[in-house]
Amino acid sequence: MEIMKTLLAFIVLWPLVGFLVNGLGRNYFSKKRIAFYASEQIFASFIASIIVFILIKNNGAQGDITYFNFIHIGKLIIPFAFKIDQLSAIFLLIITGIGFLIHVYSAAYMQQEEQAHYGRYFSYLNLFIFSMLLLVLGANYVIMFIGWEGVGLCSYLLIGFWFKNDNYNYAAKKAFIMNRIGDLGFLLAIFWMIAKLGTANYSDVFSNVSQLSTTDITAITILLFIGAMGKSAQIPLYTWLPDAMAGPTPVSALIHAATMVTAGIYMVARSNVLYSLSEVAQNLVAITGLVTALFAATIAIKQNDIKKVLAYSTVSQLGYMFLGLGVGAYTGAVFHVMTHAFFKALLFLGAGSVIHAMHHEQDIRKMGGLKKYLPITHITFLIGCIAISGIPPFSGFFSKDEILAAAYAHNPVYWGIGVATAGLTAFYMFRLYATTFLGSFRGTPEQAHHLHESPSAMTIPLIILAILSVVGGLVGVPESLGGHHALHQFLSPVLLTEVKYETTHSTEYMLMGLSVAIAATAIVIAIVTYSKKPQISNSTGVGKLLENKWYIDELYDAIIVKPLGSLASFLKNVIEKSGIDAAVNGVGKLVNYSSRQLRLLQNGQVGGYILLMVLGMIVIVLIWVNDGYIYRFLMNLFFAK
Amino acid sequence: MNLSFLIILPLITAIIILFVKGLKQVRTVALAGSLLQLALVFNLLFQYLKERASNTAPMLFQYDYNWFDSLNIHYHVGVDGISVAMILLTSLVVVAGVLVSWAQETLSKEFFFLLIFLSLGAYGFFISLDLFTMFFFLEVAVIPKFLLIGIWGSGKKEYSAMKLALMLMGGSALIFVGLAGVYYYTFSNNQSFDLLAIAQANIPLLTQKIFFPFLFIGFGIFTALFPFHTWVPDGHSSAPTAASMFLAGISMKLGGYGCLRVATYLMPDAAHEYQWIIILLSTIGIIYGAFATMMQKDLKYINAYSSVSHTGFVLFGIGMLTRTSINGAVMQMVSHGLMTALFFAAIGMIYSRAHTRMVDQLGGMLKVMPFISTVFMIAGLTSLGLPGFSGFVAEMTVFMGSWQNADTMYRVATILACASIVVTAVYILRAAGQAIMGPVTNEQYNQLTDARWNEKFAAALLIIAIVVIGIAPFWLNDLIGSGTNTIMNKVLMILK
Repeated sequence: MEIMKTLLAFIVLWPLVGFLVNGLGRNYFSKKRIAFYASEQIFASFIASIIVFILIKNNGAQGDITYFNFIHIGKLIIPFAFKIDQLSAIFLLIITGIGFLIHVYSAAYMQQEEQAHYGRYFSYLNLFIFSMLLLVLGANYVIMFIGWEGVGLCSYLLIGFWFKNDNYNYAAKKAFIMNRIGDLGFLLAIFWMIAKLGTANYSDVFSNVSQLSTTDITAITILLFIGAMGKSAQIPLYTWLPDAMAGPTPVSALIHAATMVTAGIYMVARSNVLYSLSEVAQNLVAITGLVTALFAATIAIKQNDIKKVLAYSTVSQLGYMFLGLGVGAYTGAVFHVMTHAFFKALLFLGAGSVIHAMHHEQDIRKMGGLKKYLPITHITFLIGCIAISGIPPFSGFFSKDEILAAAYAHNPVYWGIGVATAGLTAFYMFRLYATTFLGSFRGTPEQAHHLHESPSAMTIPLIILAILSVVGGLVGVPESLGGHHALHQFLSPVLLTEVKYETTHSTEYMLMGLSVAIAATAIVIAIVTYSKKPQISNSTGVGKLLENKWYIDELYDAIIVKPLGSLASFLKNVIEKSGIDAAVNGVGKLVNYSSRQLRLLQNGQVGGYILLMVLGMIVIVLIWVNDGYIYRFLMNLFFAK
Repeated sequence: MNLSFLIILPLITAIIILFVKGLKQVRTVALAGSLLQLALVFNLLFQYLKERASNTAPMLFQYDYNWFDSLNIHYHVGVDGISVAMILLTSLVVVAGVLVSWAQETLSKEFFFLLIFLSLGAYGFFISLDLFTMFFFLEVAVIPKFLLIGIWGSGKKEYSAMKLALMLMGGSALIFVGLAGVYYYTFSNNQSFDLLAIAQANIPLLTQKIFFPFLFIGFGIFTALFPFHTWVPDGHSSAPTAASMFLAGISMKLGGYGCLRVATYLMPDAAHEYQWIIILLSTIGIIYGAFATMMQKDLKYINAYSSVSHTGFVLFGIGMLTRTSINGAVMQMVSHGLMTALFFAAIGMIYSRAHTRMVDQLGGMLKVMPFISTVFMIAGLTSLGLPGFSGFVAEMTVFMGSWQNADTMYRVATILACASIVVTAVYILRAAGQAIMGPVTNEQYNQLTDARWNEKFAAALLIIAIVVIGIAPFWLNDLIGSGTNTIMNKVLMILK
């Protein structure tokens, strides 16, 4: 227990220290030192995470590890505590392992930055890892929320890393604000829990679910899911993620693979006890995921920016994960998080390598034939494409298959849409692959002259990730294929398994065969279509609609941004200026006016003063003399009935 | 610990300032004085925590002296956790304010004299246990503001100074009526201004109903209660940097403290009776302030309107009348005081260099002055409630407490108030995006220098306080909780 407490503290503190040291010392350290230090901090956390993983694997999970009471008011106690179990142990490995590879890659990729900015970049990366670790290690929703917000901040800082470009700043701002809308839901869920149960600790909440009514559970889970929609880029809060491509490419890899977007999946998986009790929330999660998966895949087909295609594919794959969560395949979703982390990090870093070689050209229509110039990037990228398309025995196949099998058992329509999306995925990924790497080079001769394979700091992470993308699925081979699903067994203490959705082996074979056949067909069509004559002309009709991402950004602008802006200017100009402030100034003016009128009485003419004095004396006499007899007399005289 | 030192020390400092010559001597004396204040306050904090461990009396370190026998007015001082927290806030802001005014060339003697004098009023207000003495110190703290804005301000300073003074005086008048009511209609004979005695005696229901609005609105005006908030934007934006810091960091807290300590503590029945009005007005203030901020172009106006929104959380927390929400309200006072002082300091630093505060004229400050820009960003992030900074824990506590109030309408209000965090993010990031990031819009900005040592020191002091509260709020919880307990015991008696 004590060992665990220390280990976890170090896992979290190393990246934090890295952030502080590089952030404060960025003007004093050499680039080499900055990159080495930042990477080494994450590597240390990675080693410690492995030890934690082994301890958990051997000894099982332990109770919460409390460091101090974060908030303490009366009976309400929110401890600063960590929870380490099988689920968080797996996330630790993904975050620190992939995070480390991205650090190493960045050291070469960001080499052209000035020293101060280089330091700033690595300190942000460290902070990103720190926040994500806090998110998955927290033992209650408040600590999770702290990490959650920290991740949002880091994405803001890194998307807008090249802050001199206003478009990038806009993208950064958009990411943060969209996430904030989701955060609102998350916060309300926390308040709801605390008001009902007086605690936000996972263990206390889950063991006391019986005290919650169905309405409570549904409300809490839906509110939590709104948070997950923001962070994990689901409809309707997904538009920030494609724009987040403004950041340096390794950052995209970090956001899409190791950190940030998987947070929503983690949150729902962590709360699986609650979700299992609310059918409404589960259906909402499943349908949102399914619709997002299909919707994003259609957009990806028509994108010509190498990173945009990958971004929409992430949105789509996240949709798969939510589909898995919604149909009760929690392990499948976590499994897909893991394999997706491998191949998506690989694809993004591969894209970065291409962009590096092309001198920051990202339009795939201007690429082509890169196969012979970038051999390592080419082969690893191809592996990534096969893995994401779900071709066995690459990793993506197993995790996607598990989700689809559960979806089939839940509702065959879900499965149908899921498989169609898988076909689209294979199609757009190989469209991307064929346009970029096959055919002949379509860039300028100048660019062709400079084409080169990236340095080994960039290719080695690619190779490692490619290997993981190939073999990563083997931890979850289903029984029907002769495996025993090690991951499933490992996670079983944390994640509920929905036994009722078991299907027979023959059905499973049929489903697998069908989805692989569809994916393979899509691949062949894409390669045949795009390797020789890439589409360069602008599209029309539906194509144009897809190219413009269904005009969702424009729609949001028209129905949300503009009206709120008008409301704000109405409040400022009408209510504030002509209403409240006018009233305040009016009171001031009234006082001024009346004092000006009263001043006229003091006009310096003695006769007037004497007149007033006499009048005053008469009044006093009337009131006081003889107990006010005269006064009463006069009153009776004038007012008696 | 003798609390009167908190008044004597600024008084001595102010008197010495009158006798020294030149900016250098004046500012040295002011800094030494304010650092001594800070040391004294830290001493108070530790003494208080030590004493509190064994002593359960509501007010510690009491001292009582009858200074107007005929009206039974006492100089009666004492502190609980809430006052200690506010005193701590005051001393931090004073040091930071003196440091950012380091180059105050014009009429420096008078300027620093007024700053120190203002802090005297604030300390006196926070330690007073006699309502009349408290009112006296409140007025002491108002007058320097008028002069600071009117003489050293910028823009339409005469208008702003007058507006601020008149509105605050209006508030004071209401408070005075309320205090007189409490004085005459609590005890049938032996009338007294003694806070503890009145709290003990339970004010008659009718008196509460009549005079609570006077006190709550009166103090509310000080803390930008909607719709009496319009002095805030004009006052803050015309004031010189240190005065803005004092105004938002300390003065607005006098109002929140009064609403809690005087209005709610003494008249819990009325607070409960008028609860819906308080919550309605503060919710409107929170949302309204946030939206109004969105349209502002001047950095100071942005921070001033956002103060309207943020101090709305204070009144909102008080209005909800749960233990957690009231604790949150006090935390929000501390947090907002530090954050807004830091924000105004950063804006002042930018303004003194670029000579503009318009976001569309600024741009690329992060490249030109990274330190100041980072300070600005930290203040902004605190303002939008990012975890790790004090704003998050304070707002979170207010909302957690508000949600505990099971009334459906109040939950709706909580959701609305909570939604303001999205709007806050919009205006903060918009301002930061235009002024701090982006390309450098003006060639001349490339010549500008980054923060000097005094500015760095001032910013660091406030940032440390913000981060310490943000990471380890429990000590502040405990400190404040020892004070809110007394108030809550009285409130809970009513609710049952």
